[in-house]
Amino acid sequence: MSFNQIIFIIFSSMLLENVILSQFLGICSFLGVSKSRKSAVGMGLAVVAVIFIATLVTWLIYNYILVLFDLVYLKTIVFILVIASLVQIIEIIIKKFVPSLYKSLGIYLPLITTNCAVLGVAIKAAQNNLSFFHMLLYALGSGLGFLLIMFIFSFIREELEKRKVPKAMKGIPIALVVASILAIIFSRYVGIVKEDEGEKEKTLPRTMDVITMKNIPSEKYFEDTLRRMK
Amino acid sequence: MTKKENFLKGFINENPLFVLLLGTCPALAITTTLENALGMGIAFIFVLVMSNTIISLINSFKKLKELIQPVRIAVYIVIIASLVTIVEMLMQAYLPELYNSLGVFISLITVNCIVLGRAEAYASSNKVSDSVIDGISMGLGYTFALIIISLARELLGNGTITIWGNLVINLKGVFEFLHITPISFFTSSAGAFMVLGIILGIMQAIKNSKEAKKQELEKAKKEVK
Repeated sequence: MSFNQIIFIIFSSMLLENVILSQFLGICSFLGVSKSRKSAVGMGLAVVAVIFIATLVTWLIYNYILVLFDLVYLKTIVFILVIASLVQIIEIIIKKFVPSLYKSLGIYLPLITTNCAVLGVAIKAAQNNLSFFHMLLYALGSGLGFLLIMFIFSFIREELEKRKVPKAMKGIPIALVVASILAIIFSRYVGIVKEDEGEKEKTLPRTMDVITMKNIPSEKYFEDTLRRMK
Repeated sequence: MTKKENFLKGFINENPLFVLLLGTCPALAITTTLENALGMGIAFIFVLVMSNTIISLINSFKKLKELIQPVRIAVYIVIIASLVTIVEMLMQAYLPELYNSLGVFISLITVNCIVLGRAEAYASSNKVSDSVIDGISMGLGYTFALIIISLARELLGNGTITIWGNLVINLKGVFEFLHITPISFFTSSAGAFMVLGIILGIMQAIKNSKEAKKQELEKAKKEVK
């Protein structure tokens, strides 16, 4: 595994295939908690940690228990139970050992159980047969993408509160329109790695294709792309 | 609340998506075609009605209710997750194309706030019959919302309306007649946010104008007196 591939997977799961803006996971907390910067960052950090640990644990359970005993169809039940209990355990541990952190993150932890981003990333990582290392990078990138968007969006929303907005669009509607503009900006990151070979516009395989071991672009592909970008 | 009111509340007054803002993730992700919206709606109604029925049944036995009281959320989640698994397996077997296009969002009904919210807020403290009606009402209301969003997105973005399978209404001719092309922006992810935002804005504007009219009426009444 080369450095290029690592960078590519993290960036594509963070920016190109952003959890919120292009996969629509975790919209509830995205709209609900992004009103103030502090709570947005708190929620984002908690989600990064929970996504990483939950995906790791569910990936291990999926590959070493469910697949082995041919119980793949139980994955939804098992995953949600694992995530719910994990969140509880994390809450207890933080409460016991880092009470100051618990004070700032504590209220967001119970909300994370029903955050679709956690279950969504865990299921995607399991279903697409990612290798262990790819799964770790994918989970990390997805979590960081969530944090990034929460951070940017909380700034915009704080600013929106101060501005004059048509009465009907106040609050959530204008926030959704702003999210749409943000999504346009983020979807343009695909353009960075677009090839212009002849008529056919070939895009780089998107994250999920890349990470399934079959379609991983070769070393040469990355080198060529990088050279062209220079 | 009468049974009829209970049935009608999910459509406009307490619409889970437009008013309560729950379950936004699938509403944005799978509404690219009407077919997806309908499939999601059917799966959702099944899960919601069944979970409401089972949970209100469990809660109608006093001893059972006391027994699960401390861990009730976990019990509800397990019930919902099992129902979702049933839907997932049925869909994979009989409607594989729909299953593929809905993808991970079928499994994500488990963490949809509407199902758990209805279980906790309504089904756990109401009769079985009322809970079933509540489930149907909320499910239909959610489907209704999905249909509106998907109609707007598919029509503006692609110029077609896919009802089911090969049953497609092609309105590209109308677009050509008006010398405009469908705007593919609406089928992209950014379009989803925009459409939902504008729909919510329109709903809010209607609500505001209704309230303004009410206030005017009251003022007029006072003046008459």
